[in-house]
Amino acid sequence: MRDSYIPILIQFIVVIGFVVVTMVATHLLGPKRNSIKKLKNFECGIESQGNARKPFSVKFFLVAILFVLFDVEIIFFYPWAINFKELGMKGFVEMLVFVVFVLFGLFYVIKKKALKWDE
Amino acid sequence: MIEIAFFSLSILAVIFAILVITAKNPVHSVLFLVMTFFSIAGHFVLLNAQFIAVVHVIVYAGAIMVLFLFVIMLMNLNKESEPAKPLWLKLSGVITSGLLLLVLTAVFRKTVDKTAHVLPNPDIGLVKNLGMTLFNDFLLPFELSAVLFLTAMVGAVFIGKVKAGN
Amino acid sequence: MTELTFKIIFIIIIFGLTLLIAMYSTLAERKVAAFLQDRIGPNRAGPFGILQPVADGLKFFFKEEIIPSTSNKILFILGPCIAITTALMTSAVLPWGPAITINGQIYNLQVADVNIGILFVFGVVSLGVYGIMVGGWASNNKYSLLGALRASSQMISYELAMGMSLIALLMSSGTLGVREIVEQQPGFHWNVFYQPLGFLIFMICAFAETNRTPFDLPECEAELVGGYHTEYSSMKLGLYLFAEYINMFISSAVMASLYFGGYNFPFMNELGLSPNAISIIGSSVFFLKIIIFIFFFMWVRWTIPRFRFDQLMHLGWKVLIPLAVLNMMLTGLFILFFKS
Repeated sequence: MRDSYIPILIQFIVVIGFVVVTMVATHLLGPKRNSIKKLKNFECGIESQGNARKPFSVKFFLVAILFVLFDVEIIFFYPWAINFKELGMKGFVEMLVFVVFVLFGLFYVIKKKALKWDE
Repeated sequence: MIEIAFFSLSILAVIFAILVITAKNPVHSVLFLVMTFFSIAGHFVLLNAQFIAVVHVIVYAGAIMVLFLFVIMLMNLNKESEPAKPLWLKLSGVITSGLLLLVLTAVFRKTVDKTAHVLPNPDIGLVKNLGMTLFNDFLLPFELSAVLFLTAMVGAVFIGKVKAGN
Repeated sequence: MTELTFKIIFIIIIFGLTLLIAMYSTLAERKVAAFLQDRIGPNRAGPFGILQPVADGLKFFFKEEIIPSTSNKILFILGPCIAITTALMTSAVLPWGPAITINGQIYNLQVADVNIGILFVFGVVSLGVYGIMVGGWASNNKYSLLGALRASSQMISYELAMGMSLIALLMSSGTLGVREIVEQQPGFHWNVFYQPLGFLIFMICAFAETNRTPFDLPECEAELVGGYHTEYSSMKLGLYLFAEYINMFISSAVMASLYFGGYNFPFMNELGLSPNAISIIGSSVFFLKIIIFIFFFMWVRWTIPRFRFDQLMHLGWKVLIPLAVLNMMLTGLFILFFKS
């Protein structure tokens, strides 16, 4: 079973080889006529103001936290779905309880307007 | 063959873990941590725990580290170096972590059973067997984890709202 | 020929095919756009513009490589590398055709038939976020950073609905292996007829995961200049764009194998063909299905306008996730009451 991962490793090596060759080739083939002004950030075409790495909306951060939580919950669904036919009615009820909690959490998040972007 | 794979993965994991704490740039640290998780996922594959391996990648590398990256980007990181710490702080750090290492080594030497174990069922890490165990023997912890998730969600929304209010 | 030699040759063939299809998708995109807008499209490089992708690729190589002085150089180079690596790794677990027999030995037309199959695809796709985030952050450009944040929020949000819509399919298949899922759909027993809602959710999420219109907010040129790859030039930009087309190809392949029977075609075993003929026809049918999906991706792009960011998040979290959970529970009830 483990041996079936060796081809994946080979594919990874092939891909890495391709990426390295491409990056080196584009570095060597392209012309190099740099100047201080040319190497400035393009941004939107006009002189850039200040640094880009400023704190941004906390909403993105909230989405990331909620994603982690829901992602772990979804992981629990997989072994359940695979064994669904064996587990039968008992498994269904078990998961129903879990899903009620998940949906309650989602409902709470929506109700608290944590996912409301246009305010 | 498996020994070579095991040792190369272990060495990689240790190297990347050291790079995580020595890297100056926090974004580099995150990426090295992702590589560490990959090496550990490789260990799971060697143990034939394929589902755990892929879940490890999805949850740790694909979700939690993305959150870390968001947090790091949320902070102001214009200066690459951290502020210099006073000498006594560094010294006390070295002493306490040295003590922790000592305690952990002692505990490990005294308690860990060094004889090799053979798993009763070598395919226990496959998703089919794992699911049967989880939904029959560990049902209560599974349902309780749902409550835990709910609590975490409430906490996350609360923190987000407090920050948005300020 | 040993198993491993065959695998190495097969990996290189699939790798080359992926690159070729991604290259020609760029031409197809422009041709389809031209067709839908009643224009001619590129027709200068070679007959019918057939050499256009080659010309574009060469031009990428011979363009000046600019790394902005205020950017974080290592991460700036690493960004497109991660993006293309994750895009090219997903093809490893997909079955490209029925088993083929050479000199009495049977070879599977699949790089790795692993137990976790479809989760491998999810794992690699979830890493694709890093390519965009690292590139957008390293550029030190406000628009790139915003584009990267939007892209990653969008990708992680739709990953949830995508995973949930898949659960309903796995409940009836009982396996994660992609080959087994494909083999459970002989003839016209395609999963799409049993899981129409699941497929719809999965497809919408696939559009969002690949950052295709109507979900191409990360590179929304009206407000974000060029999105997360504004500062990129030469082949580094090329790799980002390439990764997008490869992702489109792979998600078409995933949808074709999970919901449209993969390499199965009607009357596959009734026609009395030799196994190798079935393999060749099966693979061609599979690629035909993929190409139809790619065409669909392009058709949608030139038909539907872009979403607004709050609409996008609304759709992902408040519509698709509850729908996917509902679909999952209904499928469960259906299996319990009608199949047992």
